[in-house]
Amino acid sequence: MSKEMTIHLKYWKQDGPNAKGYFEEYTLDNVNEHMSFLEMLDVLNEELMLQDKEPVEFDYDCREGICGSCNLVINGQAHGPKERVAACQLHMRNYSDGDHITIEPPRAASFPVIKDLVVDRSAFDRIIEAGGYVSIKTGSAVEANSILVQKEKSDAAFDYATCIGCGACVAACPNASASLFTGAKIAHLNKLPQGEVERSNRVVAMVDQMKEEGFGDCSNFAECEAVCPVGISISAIAEMRRDYMKAVVNGD
Amino acid sequence: MPSFIKALNSQVGRKIMTGITGIGLMLFLIGHLAGNLTIFGESDAFNIYTYTLESLGPLLYVIEAGLAFFFLYHAILGISIWRQRKKARPEGYTKYQTKGGPSHQSLASKSMIWTGIIILVFLVFHIMHFKYGLFSPDDGTTILESAGGVEARDLRALVIAEFQKPLIAFGYIAVLALVILHLSHGAWSAFTSLGMKHGETSKKVQIGAYIFAIVLMLGFIFIPLYIFLTGGQGGLISY
Repeated sequence: MSKEMTIHLKYWKQDGPNAKGYFEEYTLDNVNEHMSFLEMLDVLNEELMLQDKEPVEFDYDCREGICGSCNLVINGQAHGPKERVAACQLHMRNYSDGDHITIEPPRAASFPVIKDLVVDRSAFDRIIEAGGYVSIKTGSAVEANSILVQKEKSDAAFDYATCIGCGACVAACPNASASLFTGAKIAHLNKLPQGEVERSNRVVAMVDQMKEEGFGDCSNFAECEAVCPVGISISAIAEMRRDYMKAVVNGD
Repeated sequence: MPSFIKALNSQVGRKIMTGITGIGLMLFLIGHLAGNLTIFGESDAFNIYTYTLESLGPLLYVIEAGLAFFFLYHAILGISIWRQRKKARPEGYTKYQTKGGPSHQSLASKSMIWTGIIILVFLVFHIMHFKYGLFSPDDGTTILESAGGVEARDLRALVIAEFQKPLIAFGYIAVLALVILHLSHGAWSAFTSLGMKHGETSKKVQIGAYIFAIVLMLGFIFIPLYIFLTGGQGGLISY
């Protein structure tokens, strides 16, 4: 048997980037404990549409925690209360009958609201464009085995590479800093031989772009690590700082 | 590659300089406490210490200028980072809470800007109070026998007199308590800003930061508290 719950929702509505936003409230009576958070929002929208009301827009794609599209701030926590879980993998069994849930979009000047809970995260794309790539020829699958990488380094690079770019780090940071995202992308490539050639240019260009986009400074709150759905450590930010210092000292 | 100035102004550079100036100021505090504790030494130990400092002449000005630079650079960066956060998030959350776990969000980390500003304002008062003696124009002089009988400012008498005033003694103690809060996050954060990773070492550094902040500040707090409670007549102070 599955439990049915009543959930009181309060969610952000905003018609466009420059429109004034406001909260709307709605009580859902038949929330199944096995629903994911996004399925609960599907039920909400179905009810709204049946009443000829406008549904609430929210972002999603894979719904299995790997695409990073969903990034809701649920009761003041990015991706909700559970550690290492994206909002789409959060289930309603984490809530109790009669709970009040406030849903807000990630709030940052660099993430303008497109509509309701959907924000434009292309600032992240521009940080990647600044240096989050390798432009050397890496060869075909066979060559992957001919370039030896130390096990520890490849493991660390892989850990940083798990970043799904959801922006929860920015959403949760009291300063709205993008340091965890940028640090993870830099560390992922700078740990590997393929990323070695451009490592200095990469770190400087990406750090500059991060500032250019209007994100805040990092104040070592480490809240980003706490909300990251894939558990990226703020050691990524340490890697970024080390590589930046090396780039400046070496002057290359 | 970026010029040195551009690097200092990058978000990484700003944080690294906050850390370096912060560590510099912590080292200064250790020296400051060591000096203060001479008040419990021989009857003219404190005055010899202050006289020696004042006799450094031009060298003292260089040291003072360096200290002022560290304080101001640290403060300006902190205020600038605070202002940038307002720009980066013009519309705040209706509801916001930390997720705990690895997060370092705490009363200390969230109040850095406020404890910092209070310390800065206190510093101006503190320098006028004890360095220039502006609030006690009649502070006397003393003859330092063990320093060849020279005449020097009797700062020891000034300190002992001032800390018998309840408002001064407890005002200092209150600000020093805020320094504990500032350092308990700052002493960890400074090393993180300089590239320390978040692992076992980081946990030890955080514990070290708590111990450092508390031990250092208890040392500072002991002086006004002891003088106030004993009315300047305690056995630790020799006449």
